[in-house]
Amino acid sequence: MSLVQSLDEALTAITDGIMLVVPREVCGVPMAATRALIRRGVRDLHLVALPTSSLQADLMIGAGCVATLETSAVSLGELGPAPRFTSAVLKGSIVMKDATCPALHAALQAAEKGVPFMPLRGLIGSDVLKYRDDWKVIDSPFGNSDPIVLLPAIQPDVALFHAPLADEYGNVFIGRQRELVTMAHASKRTIVTVEKIEKRNLLDDPLTAAGTLPGFYVDAIAVAENGAWPLPLPDTYKADIEHLALYAKMAASEEGFKEYVGKYVSAEQPQPASW
Amino acid sequence: MTFLPEELLADQIANFIGDVRHVAVGNASPIPATAALLARERGKGRPYVSLLGSAKNTFWTDGGRELFDCAGQGRIDVFFLSGGQIDGQGNINLVEIGDHAHPKVRFPGSYGSAYLYYVVPKVILFRTEHSRRTLVPKVDFISAAGVSEPNVHRTGGPVALITNRCLFTFAEGRFTLKSVHPGHTIEEVIEYTGFDFDRPANVPETPAPSEATLTLMRDKVAPQLATLYPQFAAKIFERRESSLVA
Repeated sequence: MSLVQSLDEALTAITDGIMLVVPREVCGVPMAATRALIRRGVRDLHLVALPTSSLQADLMIGAGCVATLETSAVSLGELGPAPRFTSAVLKGSIVMKDATCPALHAALQAAEKGVPFMPLRGLIGSDVLKYRDDWKVIDSPFGNSDPIVLLPAIQPDVALFHAPLADEYGNVFIGRQRELVTMAHASKRTIVTVEKIEKRNLLDDPLTAAGTLPGFYVDAIAVAENGAWPLPLPDTYKADIEHLALYAKMAASEEGFKEYVGKYVSAEQPQPASW
Repeated sequence: MTFLPEELLADQIANFIGDVRHVAVGNASPIPATAALLARERGKGRPYVSLLGSAKNTFWTDGGRELFDCAGQGRIDVFFLSGGQIDGQGNINLVEIGDHAHPKVRFPGSYGSAYLYYVVPKVILFRTEHSRRTLVPKVDFISAAGVSEPNVHRTGGPVALITNRCLFTFAEGRFTLKSVHPGHTIEEVIEYTGFDFDRPANVPETPAPSEATLTLMRDKVAPQLATLYPQFAAKIFERRESSLVA
């Protein structure tokens, strides 16, 4: 199968129960792909949001796609709390693995390097550490009574994000959003949606090469114009604040959320594959 | 010149920042951002100010981890944190109210606090709701601990807590009332604070921002804030001509 696929084809590797890593709210969130996953009815995901999330996690939780959420915070920012996330945690309908931002970055870096864990400062004395059975404290072998936290590597099954541009070789321009590279390096497979595909090689020019995820790491690409909407795409377009405010209002109740999904997710016509 | 409460707080925070190399301000923190930019105006370009969430006001090119790597190395001198609850030992709670198995209230989460609180030398706590609900004897969940055992690597921690009513300093695991803002009283601070704190015999009133500071804030800082915090900049700084000039 060609690297460039329709959105639904590109997402076939995201099956029920896998560990999926997605980027933070302003970093190229694959919202068109998220809506396609909800339409397909994916279930029981272990969602890792690096290191935080907003609309994406809230929408996926509300739609019943998520069994476990691993992240440092979920909020709609100035629009207030993330209502479906809050409700799910209070009801106990998802398993919440609370983290802290640098712990998620470090655990993915461990996977990137193929090592089993990464040490991290801080955390000792916090309840974030207390409730994480998978994190350990050791006495640093290089110190003298120097306790330090070890975080097991996070190797997601799939990394999924949205970017402005790919080339015909599957190289993806990510600009300065370097965490997208870490996500792809750490994960078994990487699926990317892009605004457009150009007939060129991004690795030919050092100026673009420095901001490019090589196609070597990429398993599937789908074109999704405006694919981060209503969230922003860095250096490309801004958030649709009016729509996000509408979401915040509708998602405040379960009925309102269902209405939102019906109107803006279920009824959406997926774009045909083209470039 | 008359001034708004936000201007008083920003002035006080700027004093706490002092002469340092790098101040970082988290998302959705307009008053700390005002203070950091005020400190930079006073210092003629020093400290370097990073306003997270704004590509124009940060230099990061190595992904989200760069901020934390910078902090871990001591390259960030001042940061700001808040909490749904803050207790008398300087513990902050950004996670939940109630029993962990069955919380009554859920907040967004700890963000980077469980790390940054330990490695940034001056963390200024900031909470504009000063009540027994927010300033509690003991937090329900410790996102980040105010103090650590002596053998735990710790190059940072809280130095102050500023609220809508007063300013506390923090040292050796306790808060000390430093000053009470104009229009508020010590009795009121005691009444609305859920934790025990130290209090010298004479607690001064928080000094009003000087005319020079207000001019700097309104003429130099406000325009820089307008892109990132348009509503805040409009509310605090553009209203003054009609209602606030003495």
